[in-house]
Amino acid sequence: MTVEIVIEAKGLTKKYGHAVAVDHISFSVGRGEIFGLLGPNGAGKTTTILMLLGLTEISGGEVRVLGFNPGREPLSVKRRVGYLPDTVGFYDQLTAADNLRYTARLIGFKKAEREKKIADGLGRVGLSEFADKRVGTFSRGMRQRLGLAEILMKGAQVAILDEPTSGLDPHATAELLGIIRGFKGEGVSVLLSSHLLERVQSVCDRVALFSGGRIALMGSVAELGREVLGGGYVVDIEADGAGLAERLALIPGVSGVEKTGISKLRLHADRDVRPEAAAEVVGMQGRLKFLGVQEPSLDAIYTRYFENQPNEGMTVKEGTRHAA
Amino acid sequence: MRREGSAFQGLGVVLLKELSDHLTSIRMRVLEWLIVLVALAALYGAIQQIKDTTAEDPFLFLRLFTTSRDPLPSFVSFISFLVPLMAIGLGFDAVNSEFNRRTLSRILAQPIYRDALLFGKFLAGLITLAISLVTLWLLVIGLGLLLIGIPPGAEEIGRGFLFLLVTIIYAGVWLALALLFSILFRSAATAALVTLGIWLFISFIWPVLAGAVAQIIVPPDPRYLALGLPTPGTAQAEQILARFSPSTLFAEVVVAILDPTTRSLGPIYLSQLQGAVLGAPLPIGESILIAWPQTVGLIAGTIMLFVIGYVVFQRQEVRA
Repeated sequence: MTVEIVIEAKGLTKKYGHAVAVDHISFSVGRGEIFGLLGPNGAGKTTTILMLLGLTEISGGEVRVLGFNPGREPLSVKRRVGYLPDTVGFYDQLTAADNLRYTARLIGFKKAEREKKIADGLGRVGLSEFADKRVGTFSRGMRQRLGLAEILMKGAQVAILDEPTSGLDPHATAELLGIIRGFKGEGVSVLLSSHLLERVQSVCDRVALFSGGRIALMGSVAELGREVLGGGYVVDIEADGAGLAERLALIPGVSGVEKTGISKLRLHADRDVRPEAAAEVVGMQGRLKFLGVQEPSLDAIYTRYFENQPNEGMTVKEGTRHAA
Repeated sequence: MRREGSAFQGLGVVLLKELSDHLTSIRMRVLEWLIVLVALAALYGAIQQIKDTTAEDPFLFLRLFTTSRDPLPSFVSFISFLVPLMAIGLGFDAVNSEFNRRTLSRILAQPIYRDALLFGKFLAGLITLAISLVTLWLLVIGLGLLLIGIPPGAEEIGRGFLFLLVTIIYAGVWLALALLFSILFRSAATAALVTLGIWLFISFIWPVLAGAVAQIIVPPDPRYLALGLPTPGTAQAEQILARFSPSTLFAEVVVAILDPTTRSLGPIYLSQLQGAVLGAPLPIGESILIAWPQTVGLIAGTIMLFVIGYVVFQRQEVRA
C-alpha cells in the first residue's frame, strides 16, 4: 500500500536554552490517516505541533508539511492546514459567524464564497442555529465544534487538533470524535494530541506515544499491544463444570490457565480462543455465564511500557515543563 | 533565504477588525466623552478670556487653543494630559488580551505573519485616535467661529492643522508604549498600571527631577547665582534631560507652532537676540523649523518603542 505522505518529520528537535523539549523525533502521517500524539502533559506534543505550523522556531531536524517547510514557507503551510489549539478561544463579543468571517478574510476568501463556506462549516458541526449567537454564551463543547467548523470552512487538507477532547463531557466528546472521523472520510489527514488515551484510542489509525520529548512507541494500537503486552490475548471465562480448567488448557494456542475466582478462569493465548472455549464449556454441559476477551488498551500498553523502562518513562527531564 | 510572501498580508483585515472593535467599544465612548466635555470646558474658559481681554491680536484664533482662564487650564494643557490617557486606554490590552482569550494561536495559524497582527493593531489604534482628534479639532474650530465671530486666516488654519498632526504623533508615542507593555505583560491590569505609572513619571515627575539631576551633573556656578541668573551649563543639561520626556517635546512643539512669536525653545544669550524685533511673529516656515527637531524626536520615539515591541513579539512563544 503506497500512501501519500502529508506530514514528515525527521529528527525534529526543539531546545529552550539547554532544555530539550522535543528530542529528535521522526514520524510521518499519510493522507486520510488519523494519527495520535499521545503522552502526559509536558511530553512535547504541543511543541511538536507548533513546529509543524511554523509557529515556533525549529532547533534541529527537518519537517515537511504537504511538501512545504513550515520554517521557511509558513504561509503555504498555514493556508492548507487547519489548527485547533488547546482550549481554543474566540472573540466573545462577536457572533459565531462573525468569528469565522474574520478568519475567512484572513485566509483571503472572496466575499462570494465566504458566506457559503461559513454556512457549510457551521452546518457540518451542528451549529447552524447558533450562527448569530455571541460566542460568549457558548459552552466549551460548542467552542471546540466552532473550532472544527473553522477548519472545515478553510477546506484544510490536514487538521491538527491539540487536546480536542480535554474538558468535555462524554456526550460532547463522542460528538467531537464523530466529526473527527468525518474528516477521514473526506481524505483529510488528522493529527491529534491527547493525554486521554482511552478516548482517542477509538479514532486513531496510528499513535505515537510521547515521553520526555521522545517518541517511545509508534504504530497502530493492535501492533503496540502485541509489541508491549507480549502479543497475548487474555480471555476471561465464568462457567461451572468440574475439570474445566484442564479441558481448556488443551485448546491449541492456549499457553496458560489461571483461576481468578469462584468458577472464574483466565486463559492466556496467542489468538482469540473464545469460540473454542465456548464449545468446550457447552460440550461438557457446563453453564457459561461470561466470556470476554481483553482488547489491548492504550492505557495498559502505556502503563506496561513505562513500568518496564523506569529510567526513560516517567522522569520528566528538567525544562521539559515548557512543553505543556 | 527569505521567508515567503509579504509581511503585510492580512494587514487590512486585522486593521478593519481592530478599528471596528475600537469604535464600537464602550471604553472608546467613555474616553471620547471625557475628552469632549473637558475640551469644551477649556474652550469655554478660553473664549470668555478672549472676549474680556484681547482687543487686537493677529492670531486671535490660535488663542482658542492656548488661552486659559482660572481655574481651568488651556485646551492644549488638557490635550497633552488626556491624549496619553486615551492612547494608553486603547493600547494596554492589545496583545495580551489575545493571549488571555486564547485567540492568538488560532489567528496566527491563519496564513498571515505576526507582523500584520501587530501593525494592524497599532495602525487601528492610531487611526481611532486620529478620528477622535480630528473630530475634536473641527469641533473647536467650529465653536470658535460661532462664538468669536471672526474667521481664521490661512496661516492660523495652517498652524492649527500642524498642531493637530503633532498631537496625533504625540498620541502615537503613548500608543506604542502601551502596545509594548501589552506585549511584555500577560496580565492586562499589570500592563495598564505600569504604562500609567510610566506616563505619570515621565509627564509629571521627570520635568521636576530633570532640574535636580542637572544640578548634580553640572553644578551651578556661584557667579551666576550671585547675579540671580541660571548657569548656562546647568540650564542646558536640564533641558536635555527634560527632553527625554515626550510631554516636554510636545509642549515645546505646541508653543512654537501655536505662538508665532516664539523664537527659540531653549535658553539663549542676549547677544543672540541682537537686532531681533521682539514680539514680532515669525512666518509659519520658521516656526516649523524651530519645532522640527522636537517633532522628529516624537516620531523617532514612536518608531523606537514600536520596534522594541515588534522584536519582543516576534520572539515570543504563542502558547498561552
